[in-house]
Amino acid sequence: MGINLKVDLGAGLKLDNPVLTASGTFGFGHQYAEFIDLNRLGGFIVKGTTLEPRQGNPAPRLVETPSGMINAVGLQNPGVEDFAKYIYPTLTGFTSKVIVNISGAQVSDYVKVAEILAPLEKVSAIEVNISCPNVKGGGMSFGTSPEMAAEVTAAVRKVWPRHMMVKLTPNVTSVVQIAKAVEAAGADSVSLVNTFLAMVVDVERRKACLSTVTGGLSGPAIRPIAVRMVWQVAQAVKIPVVGLGGIMDASDALQFIMAGATAVQIGTANFIDPAASVKVVDGIEDYCRRHNVADISELRGII
Amino acid sequence: MKQVKDFILTGNRTLPSGCHLMTFVPADGAKLPAIEPGQFVQVKVDNSPKAFLRRPISVCDVRYETELVLFVKPQGEGTRCLVELPENSVVNIMLPLGRGFSCDECNGHKVLLVGGGVGAAPLVALCKNLAAGGADVTVAIGGRSRRDVAGVDVLYKPYASKVLVATDDGSCGHKGVVTSLPGFDEHYDRIYCCGPTPMMKAVARIARAKDIWCQVSLENHMACGIGACLCCVENTSDRGNVCVCTEGPVFNINRLQSWE
Repeated sequence: MGINLKVDLGAGLKLDNPVLTASGTFGFGHQYAEFIDLNRLGGFIVKGTTLEPRQGNPAPRLVETPSGMINAVGLQNPGVEDFAKYIYPTLTGFTSKVIVNISGAQVSDYVKVAEILAPLEKVSAIEVNISCPNVKGGGMSFGTSPEMAAEVTAAVRKVWPRHMMVKLTPNVTSVVQIAKAVEAAGADSVSLVNTFLAMVVDVERRKACLSTVTGGLSGPAIRPIAVRMVWQVAQAVKIPVVGLGGIMDASDALQFIMAGATAVQIGTANFIDPAASVKVVDGIEDYCRRHNVADISELRGII
Repeated sequence: MKQVKDFILTGNRTLPSGCHLMTFVPADGAKLPAIEPGQFVQVKVDNSPKAFLRRPISVCDVRYETELVLFVKPQGEGTRCLVELPENSVVNIMLPLGRGFSCDECNGHKVLLVGGGVGAAPLVALCKNLAAGGADVTVAIGGRSRRDVAGVDVLYKPYASKVLVATDDGSCGHKGVVTSLPGFDEHYDRIYCCGPTPMMKAVARIARAKDIWCQVSLENHMACGIGACLCCVENTSDRGNVCVCTEGPVFNINRLQSWE
């Protein structure tokens, strides 16, 4: 029996399977090409890209936590021009979908980045990051207000011709409200959740462990909250939902799918096992075989 | 080519300092890939919920093309669990990672290796390579007391022309910090250093003052080890923030912006 793992996120974004890799955890793909065949993924979302190059935050940028980690990278990236000129050409040979995560400090930054990416046809979709907790101004502040989230979404919508995914922050009172706002403003899908704002104190040194004091918590520690948020949002919007947050294996991924996600993103797990994403694809297929599931859509939103 | 594979722990010896000399062989019986001195591995510690990420550990030595030797200091939850593993345990290791020390064209060169604490580990394989390449190698080991250096100097003895030891309390060798060893006054063509950051900075200052080529090995916190997470960056004079895991961990001191 052939199992159909194909999913359609709408606006032309059709994936061979529901597994994507999360932005910021997968570099520009080539770091992982030594370990896995990137074409076995539904797609991969490359590092958050901004209008200007960014050096990111000073070290230390990382602290390990129980079943997770907090990062404060601060969107270090070479800028969209550099991406278009030097990195994009290395991505055009893949059959899996390439999605670029974009970020900015003001609405016009997002628009300009989207305009520069628009002619690059192999970029099948953009993921609009209105949820980065590590950048002062913009970033998460757009994602915490329904009005501002809608404003960014609508502005990018005008210049971006293909699939537009909007990545939501969990650091809000009602993620459902933000999801509905970006849906109304023209998003083709929403991805959630980005990291949770968090901090750790080194009591011996009497200092915060991160240079920025706070950072974004990821890993299995946040997974149950992420599953709950995906479940709530999936019931409230009509556009597809992409679930992420601490997925380590296929069983974790299936939780998100059963809670209503059409696709999932593998993030922090890539740091521990560079083949984690492909193992999730294999694991989902194996699950379907064991449970006589002919099409992954049979499992979607069954909770 | 980087690999992620299971290894079998074949030896686990505790040194007087509390550090462990651990040996691993690939579970599939294959040979190890080529590993340069100064490169590192990422070890997965399965038995603790507190050790979520892999642990980056410098390669101490590679023997018989199959035996990986790691020098591990139990300093946190992960490394504590690691050193407590019994022989024949299966451990998942990613390797080889990063860029090691440059040791080509060293024939006839007089070189100084400076190691402190667990930082002495990657210098063993380096010492072996430099000696094989025709260099005259002096090794300087620093520690707080005899306990820290016991069993460490012998690792270098087969390859180095001189092994100098300094301890803070004078319980072994010269009394004082490693940079106060009389051997530092001699001329060297190159200095290689690995150890605690204050020690490496002191060595870098001496090298800079004497205009001696010098490489150091950094130990920044990291998650992935392959240049994806951008957590371990160091500020360089030529390229700004770069990943220590892929650009390093070994750097020429001229590139280290904040060390000036």
